[in-house]
Amino acid sequence: MTPTPQTTPPAGARPLLEVEDLRVRFSRRGQPATTAVDGVSFSVDAGEVVGLVGESGCGKSVTSLAVMGLLPSRGTRVTGSVRFDGTELLTMAPGQLAARRGKDLAMVFQDPMTSLNPVLTLGRQLTEVLRAHTDLDRAARKAEALDLLGRVGIPDPRRRLGEYPHQLSGGMRQRVLIAIALACSPRLIIADEPTTALDVTIQAQVLDLLTTLVRESGTAMVLITHDLGVVAGTCDRVNVLYAGRVVESASRQDLFARPRHRYTSGLLAAVPRVDAPEGTPLQPVRGTVRDRLEWDAGCAFLPRCGRGDGACRTGGIPLAPTDADRARHPDHEARCVHPAGATT
Amino acid sequence: MTGSPREAAAAPLLQVRGLEVHYPIRSGLLKRTVGAVQAVDGVDLDVARGTTYGLVGESGCGKSTLGRAVLRLTEPTGGSIRIAGEDVRAMGPEALRRARRQMQMVFQDPLASLDPRQSVESALVEPLRVHGIEGGPSAWRTRVRGLLDRVGLPSGAGAKYPHEFSGGQRQRVGIARALVLDPDLLVADEPVSALDVSVQAQVLVLLQELQADLGLTYLVIAHDLAVVKHMSTTVGVMYLGGIVEEGPSAQLYARPLHPYTRALLSAAPVPDPDVEATRERILLRGDLPSPADPPSGCRFRTRCPWVQPTRCADERPALREVAGHTGSQRVACHWAEEIEAGTLSRADAA
Repeated sequence: MTPTPQTTPPAGARPLLEVEDLRVRFSRRGQPATTAVDGVSFSVDAGEVVGLVGESGCGKSVTSLAVMGLLPSRGTRVTGSVRFDGTELLTMAPGQLAARRGKDLAMVFQDPMTSLNPVLTLGRQLTEVLRAHTDLDRAARKAEALDLLGRVGIPDPRRRLGEYPHQLSGGMRQRVLIAIALACSPRLIIADEPTTALDVTIQAQVLDLLTTLVRESGTAMVLITHDLGVVAGTCDRVNVLYAGRVVESASRQDLFARPRHRYTSGLLAAVPRVDAPEGTPLQPVRGTVRDRLEWDAGCAFLPRCGRGDGACRTGGIPLAPTDADRARHPDHEARCVHPAGATT
Repeated sequence: MTGSPREAAAAPLLQVRGLEVHYPIRSGLLKRTVGAVQAVDGVDLDVARGTTYGLVGESGCGKSTLGRAVLRLTEPTGGSIRIAGEDVRAMGPEALRRARRQMQMVFQDPLASLDPRQSVESALVEPLRVHGIEGGPSAWRTRVRGLLDRVGLPSGAGAKYPHEFSGGQRQRVGIARALVLDPDLLVADEPVSALDVSVQAQVLVLLQELQADLGLTYLVIAHDLAVVKHMSTTVGVMYLGGIVEEGPSAQLYARPLHPYTRALLSAAPVPDPDVEATRERILLRGDLPSPADPPSGCRFRTRCPWVQPTRCADERPALREVAGHTGSQRVACHWAEEIEAGTLSRADAA
């Protein structure tokens, strides 16, 4: 099988992936249940890179695992809807979903060392997915694996096929994972912190590779990251998550030019930048994610917010365009009572 | 004396010359030494009192080994280290133990450096007792409580155990532990890289406040270029065991001279789509060579986009000043002038 570009659905058609009101609750005997994802909705079109951004515990990784059906069934309650090309995934039988995973939907994890099997050669791990999802014969699978390694920029792929994961550097391992994810020309790739474990120069190479592959083949990608710099360089659309909910959703340009939610604007002011003039002070966001309000009682970010007041102590603050954006940027939504820069 | 700015400045608190940390590679039946991993190979650096020296580089470049070697937590195999004029390498065990009061370390993962079964207060009182600081138990406890308050921990934090704290709070405990003996020099190895983005800024601001209040001198080691820039007076860029470029922070970031520094800066993500869209990335080829068998001549030459057929392979470049760059920016590259003038063509240019 030669990787062929997927046919892009006609403009105006439904998005490739639609996540609606996704909720994930974990319960353990003897302990109160925790809601990791609390009503997350977003959609991804073919050829689009959508970012899920947030800090630890915001629910970004659990969201991706729920979409892929990779959460343990015991003690987990997933509700809402995840439609892939119109097909509901949440209610799909496990076997059916497994048949699509690796073929239509692929995932790239953060840590390439734990995601690869240390006792199998790279060739075996690359051809395994082809054996499961295609009817290529042995020789064709090997040829395809060689081609894949070449496409992700691994030098001397023929020799690498017989090697084991420990013989590769971190950047090379991540490339192999990407090659495995690409093996069946998936229509959607979910990349969960794909470059966090990598050095900055290798990170640039891997992000470059991922975005080029997406652009060239029309694959859709969900990029999960905590790094706003990575988002600014790669995503078309960004969803900022906080305490299990999307607090801001905007195009990349709008998000960085006019952050509305106080968490987004606070994060941007707290991150040191390599291009900042000397002596630019950092403005830390106070407290930690542990200092939160339940969404039912108001804005979860309120205890850490510099602008919040009594008006924020109402449940059900909607994710909606601010008054300043409603006319000209209706797709820029924020879940904030006192959005930044909206009064001027 | 009207020498270079380096000489004109007051004697540095930390002075490192020709520092080497080589780990032997043993092999065979008799475990004969067959080679050495040159983790740190010939590093000079000066850190002036009350300033911050930032060491930046990618994993495996030897920056953490260098930081540990400065405090002799890893034994150097060559070179000299002077702290406030005293030769740290010549110290015997007892002298070194006493000198440790002056030099402390902040680790990336403070949880790993705290005893899980000891309350924070008792862990922090211990060094005061070990070093026989005058005052006795009640004065020690007062000092520890004052410090915990100073680093922004809630009252009552002393009675808690390490696991009860969040990541940011643990790093505050780690900083308080490093400060309890009132040191002059703090070596901070990746002090914020394990923390959430919103919490990183809190710890960075705390470190800066403490430096201003207590006149501390920092050696900050990090892989995050933005963090290093924000914290440092002087920045040194490390590659494969050696410093390839050094200079005042703002100057080095504005006009990087070494090809590796250029590549690093061009790869550092910036939270601004316009900057990201317009910048020119210098993508490096291949991976870091093994420090057990570093390339001859310039160690960066195997990945350098501007590598030349002459000099690069046979002459190891020393740190030197470059004409047109006033101040103390120094670079270890034979071709820095030509690269800056744009008269050398890049090997990767299509």
